[in-house]
Amino acid sequence: MDKPLTKHIKPGAPPLNIKEFLKVGGYAATTKALKTMSPPEIIDLVKASDLMGRGGAGFPTGTKWGLVPKGGESPGQRYLICNADEMEPGTFKDRYLLEGNPHQLIEGMIIAAFAIQAETAYIFLRWAYKEAESILRKAITEAYAAGYLGKNIMGSGFNLDMYVHSSAGRYICGEETALINSLEGKRAIPRAKPPYPATIGLFGKPTVVNNVETLAWTSHLIENGATWFKSLSKTAEGGTKIYGVSGRVKNPGLWELPMGTSMREIIEEHAGGMQDGYKLRGVLPGGASTDFLIDTHIDAIMDFSSIAALGSRLGTGNLIILDDRTCPVAFIHNLEKFFALESCGWCTPCREGLPWVEKILWAIEEGRGKPEYLDTLKFHTGYLGPGNTFCAHAPGAMEPLQSGLKYFREDFIKHINEKHCPWRS
Amino acid sequence: MLSESEKHEILEEIKLYPYPNAACIEALKVVQHHRGWVDDKSVKDIAEILGMSADEVDGVATFYSRIYRKPVGRHVILLCDSISCMVMGYNSIYYHISEKLGIQFGETTSDGRFTLLPISCLGNCDFAPSMMIDYQLYNKLNIETIDEIIEKYA
Repeated sequence: MDKPLTKHIKPGAPPLNIKEFLKVGGYAATTKALKTMSPPEIIDLVKASDLMGRGGAGFPTGTKWGLVPKGGESPGQRYLICNADEMEPGTFKDRYLLEGNPHQLIEGMIIAAFAIQAETAYIFLRWAYKEAESILRKAITEAYAAGYLGKNIMGSGFNLDMYVHSSAGRYICGEETALINSLEGKRAIPRAKPPYPATIGLFGKPTVVNNVETLAWTSHLIENGATWFKSLSKTAEGGTKIYGVSGRVKNPGLWELPMGTSMREIIEEHAGGMQDGYKLRGVLPGGASTDFLIDTHIDAIMDFSSIAALGSRLGTGNLIILDDRTCPVAFIHNLEKFFALESCGWCTPCREGLPWVEKILWAIEEGRGKPEYLDTLKFHTGYLGPGNTFCAHAPGAMEPLQSGLKYFREDFIKHINEKHCPWRS
Repeated sequence: MLSESEKHEILEEIKLYPYPNAACIEALKVVQHHRGWVDDKSVKDIAEILGMSADEVDGVATFYSRIYRKPVGRHVILLCDSISCMVMGYNSIYYHISEKLGIQFGETTSDGRFTLLPISCLGNCDFAPSMMIDYQLYNKLNIETIDEIIEKYA
């Protein structure tokens, strides 16, 4: 089975330096792209592959690049930003790629920047990823020294500077317009859309923001083509996906598998199944802001459209397991506490609504809940849902709550009736 | 007053951006790196260098969770309280540290040795429960090994 993104990553060992990376064919795609392809050809190739963004939303990458005004339409600076602010609870795939193969990302960014004709690229890195930061800085220095960054790259006439920006915390920085504000040194508050970053982004210039895993694909697409990319997958959505599992399984971790691998295979084969004495009750398929799936969905196909058909989202593809010895109300309370804390405070429903939801859930968990609280929670899932808030933060927060109320309703009622959490002694 | 090295580092950061105020977060991090936290006077000094008002700089400083506007201990313990660590039992780790050091989340020990803070997901979920002390990550915490880790920090 092909594992293009992770084949050169050896857990526990340092990543390939530039010499080693060149030996395994690294930067060949850069030379090919910059010397033999035009930017529109690269964008057409990415479009033909149907590569869907791996940051969680699954937006088609080629389309995003295609929205950037080109040449005469928009002279002057354009920017490429790699979103490496991985902060979705239960998600740890980008750390693996950043620490495991920094040159793969840098190469992907060079080609992406060439495709959109950006001469400056930033890696917006989560503050906590200190090891990734030093690995990236070293790799960038190597790439400059070898002539893959800087002026007139490989004699192509294309210039690119690349910087690492280490963040200062806050989940909302992962939202691309909030990230842009943060990179401009401001509070990370999302911007109104439209205009989209592709036309007015960083410092008012056309900007593309892509996730780490998305950009890591670029060089492989140049080398092997769109048909190859599609052939890696088990479904119509191409490529592989870095799936992960955390929670009470025997072997939590990350695996690069064909897109569309079943949830059963990921949990039972790769994660080794549940730990002894624990049963699976629920799964957040792609991070804290995705709707629950339950044990009857175990054969779900893990791609964007299949998970959407079940009422959830593939998100980051990193699964969080709810087991039978963890209280679902406490589990959901933990998620909502996170979202309430991480609200940027800009729009009222999110700033006021999320703490209210958190307080109600805590009251239920502590045995102070009343039957009407369930209705209050239910209407919040609507009032804080899509279309009622400035960005997707609060709607994301409502996903595990609305599905939790549906699948674990009896547990909520038990808390309220017994005035006590059944999971506490 | 900012020290010469603080000023120098801030001016280097400014070079990476088309406008000086874009280096605001970096400037705050420079000061915090040297002093452990960011005091009011430094906020004013940063504002002056970047051509911003002190209130603007403070608006940025107070937004970001990793900029400290109050003094912290010599070592900051960041204990992940997000979902995977909760499922894997962060609570017992918290009570153990809290009892051992006599502080709760948000507090500093009276000898100024440790500040204990909750932290959102550290992206280390396959090794939960997880914490960071001064940017050093610790995996698969349990109450048997945690004392040994804490004793390493004077």
